[in-house]
Amino acid sequence: MKAILVLALKSAWARRLTLGITLAAIALAAALLLAVERVRQDARASFTQSISGVDLVLGARTGSVQLILYAVFHSGSASNNIRWESYQAIAQNPAVAWSVPLVLGDSHRGFPVIGTSPAYFERVRYADRKPLAFAAGRPFAGDADAVFEAVIGSEVARQLGHRVGDRLLIAHGSGELGPEHADKPFVVVGVLAATGTPTDRSVHVSLPAMTAIHLDWAGGAPLPGLQIPAGLVRKFDLQPKEITAALIGLHNRASVFSLQRQINAFAGEALLAVLPGVALDELWQTLVVVEQILFALCALVVLVGLAGLTATMLASLDQRRRELAILRALGAGPREIFCMLLIEGLLVTSLGVLVGCVLLAATIAAAAPLVQAHFGVVLGARPPSANEIVLLAAILLTGLVASLVPGWRAWRMSLADGLTPRH
Amino acid sequence: MSAEALVIHDLVYRWPRQRAACLDIPGLSVATGERVFLHGPSGSGKSSLLGVLGGVALPERGRVTLFGAAITALGGRARDAFRADHIGFIFQQFNLLPWLSACDNVLLPCTFSARRKRRAGDPVAEAARLLSALDLARELWHQPAGELSVGQQQRVAAARALIGRPELLIADEPTSALDAPRQQAFIDLLLGEAGAAGATLLFVSHDARLAAHFDRVLALTEINRAADGSAA
Repeated sequence: MKAILVLALKSAWARRLTLGITLAAIALAAALLLAVERVRQDARASFTQSISGVDLVLGARTGSVQLILYAVFHSGSASNNIRWESYQAIAQNPAVAWSVPLVLGDSHRGFPVIGTSPAYFERVRYADRKPLAFAAGRPFAGDADAVFEAVIGSEVARQLGHRVGDRLLIAHGSGELGPEHADKPFVVVGVLAATGTPTDRSVHVSLPAMTAIHLDWAGGAPLPGLQIPAGLVRKFDLQPKEITAALIGLHNRASVFSLQRQINAFAGEALLAVLPGVALDELWQTLVVVEQILFALCALVVLVGLAGLTATMLASLDQRRRELAILRALGAGPREIFCMLLIEGLLVTSLGVLVGCVLLAATIAAAAPLVQAHFGVVLGARPPSANEIVLLAAILLTGLVASLVPGWRAWRMSLADGLTPRH
Repeated sequence: MSAEALVIHDLVYRWPRQRAACLDIPGLSVATGERVFLHGPSGSGKSSLLGVLGGVALPERGRVTLFGAAITALGGRARDAFRADHIGFIFQQFNLLPWLSACDNVLLPCTFSARRKRRAGDPVAEAARLLSALDLARELWHQPAGELSVGQQQRVAAARALIGRPELLIADEPTSALDAPRQQAFIDLLLGEAGAAGATLLFVSHDARLAAHFDRVLALTEINRAADGSAA
């Protein structure tokens, strides 16, 4: 049997060009399948960990997915706000350890502007409870003396070329073309490091700033004849009257459901509290079909690659009838001939899978920064997950099945031909 | 070991799905060490006979005994092992695995048969001795067999058939790809080496002119009742 193994390897090496091309096809297919699986896992991880360390997201009563969409992804808009008093009542609940209010609705050149408290930068976590980090600068002060300060996400800084010290204007509404609060420019005081979450695409300002830019506005437009210069805003009460949403952390996670019930039954106003992890999972489920179609397509590509292996090996058999007859004359049985073909198929499949893994690792290493910058998905080099190992095993098994066909044909051929192959 | 190298008794062989038998040999015996020229035109059942002798084809009826062992009574794996241990084959051409070197081709029987490896002593030295004796230039030994000329390939094939001193050498038209002067030289080399190894030689050819120098000349059309001359 060892003799057959050595001969199978040498024979395959002699046909290395055609087998090599087949191997390359299998490698590419395997890399593609693994890449889809990897991106699927990482995209899901990035997505469902867009926010972490937050126990409840609070908003006006709406659908939980919609609340998550605007409170976490800053996409879409809230149908209703929460009164400041209601928010205060909940923030002072003894179960609540901290809370961060969010005021949404304005934008800066297409990027959402979030009015919040400085605690936002300490409390909001992403991925595996990683805190936000500053690539440059500091958080905004959040007090009345330095109202017009902004902290921008990495993507905002990259795309618009903003740096600490730059000035920017905030537009009313979420479109690019909303009327601007042109009389009250903000100064960039901090730039956040990239996170791969919606934070990268956000501009953060303080709650008083949010109130200040709207002092002389009503109903979405500047009040005619009224203009309050930036220097005078501190004379006004900048406490917001309403907020859009709030992030809540608890002393003890065990109390999350009881607090959620209390909020949902809040007497003063129709409120909703959702567990972000659960809602994010729910949102992801709506994307699962796309993910599954993509996966099925790649599985098909692998099958095509392995069908190529079968075809290549079958085609080579006709040219190898002599070779098989010589091996028969030397004492090889049909069983050994069969094994020789299986060894060849498995060799090409497993080398293909191996090359595919290396290819994927190299591509990920090369493309990870680009992917994170453009899609916010963090791709990491890591050993294959359990899922991926199952996939690799499935490819190998299919490769084995694919070589059964030429193996069986060689078996038949060697029995029929004996020592004298007919052409 | 039996004095009879090969005994055929009442052998009938039929190709699968064919009505007419292609071998019907009432009896044949070859003595150990005998050098037999078997003359057979194409269609006389030559390859069927070689298949049965090699144990890759099973007859419908009858018994074939090689050196006292009834190979027709053995199972498939045992017949394969018997062939590896006791028979050296030389074919018409394309005898060699083209992607192995000449020397590695010669060594092949030793990887399939422990017995022949043992009998070869030091297989590499024995391969070198055989290649020298068969007049193959040393610089060709490590070239891929596919790059050798037909005549050189046939000498490598002879060395491969001889290594480990199998008791029976079967040569099937080994000279038909060679030109006339080289045919006789090759036969002389083969007869010499077979004699030195004490092997029984069964030399099959359709060319009766090569029959000189053999101990015995047999016509397959005479021993095979199924070959009435009308077979295509």
